[in-house]
Amino acid sequence: MINELLFMNGYAVYVLSAFSFTLLSFLSLYLVTKIQFVREQNKFVTKFGSLSVEQANFAKSQRINKEILASATNN
Amino acid sequence: MFKLFEPNKIFKITSRAPKYVLFLFVIVLSIGLVEALILSPEDYKQSDAVRIMYVHVPAAWISLSIFSSMTLSSICGFIFSNKNFFLISKSLAPSGFVFNIIALVTGSIWGKPTWGTWWAWDARITSMLILALFYAMYLIVWRIYDEKEKVYKISTFITILGIINVPVIKYSVDWWNTLHQPASINILSKSTIHSSMLYPLLIMTAAFALFSLLIFLMKYNTELIKIKNKGLDRL
Repeated sequence: MINELLFMNGYAVYVLSAFSFTLLSFLSLYLVTKIQFVREQNKFVTKFGSLSVEQANFAKSQRINKEILASATNN
Repeated sequence: MFKLFEPNKIFKITSRAPKYVLFLFVIVLSIGLVEALILSPEDYKQSDAVRIMYVHVPAAWISLSIFSSMTLSSICGFIFSNKNFFLISKSLAPSGFVFNIIALVTGSIWGKPTWGTWWAWDARITSMLILALFYAMYLIVWRIYDEKEKVYKISTFITILGIINVPVIKYSVDWWNTLHQPASINILSKSTIHSSMLYPLLIMTAAFALFSLLIFLMKYNTELIKIKNKGLDRL
């Protein structure tokens, strides 16, 4: 079976390169998107850390800010 | 009604969903790969080269669907004066572009053993290439302009122009003599593809749709955090 998969009646080079290109594109897009996400999340945490107590309390009144901080600590 | 979908309210869901979507994607993709590479039969004419269909066709379908969704979302952004729609459209674009490139490259790889050439200026291939250019223009507009209102207008204009190309892609095989075969799968009439090939194709399509959902969610969350970062600067 492995031989069949590797040979594919002579078409393996085409089939496997098409599948490899697809999976590599998926992996690259996932990694680039993940890196961008983590970078923005870290930027948010850093900025939040530099706020005064008053500013931080005000920012925390927005639910989404609390959610971003929570998701950053979960990662 | 749109207040229910405000970023502030849905971030809790969109921030948690990616890990579940990723898990589901890995499972569906694994099943799809086994079906496509091992269990599905070879074609009587194309032999094993037909297996390229399982990545080429879903990529093309998803890329067309994403562009249509982007257009709809951008138009809704103007009709309802809701910026969230533009954010949705922007978050959809990267995966749509990558699927378009996958469709072009895998189509080119498939072309060599079946047509004897890597590339032909055939109606279907050329119209898909034009769609890739529209995707590229859309993404570039978001990068080069800072003024949001200008970006909304230009990017929507690009999607409206680009959507004209979508039916051209769909019907190019019927309107012109092309190297491409006519559609084997029809929603309204009986499909000409055998179920032993149809099911792997549908499973791979589901896997690709889950991947585009995953990237959309991650990108959407990134965009929301970017906005919130700017909000913290203003405090």
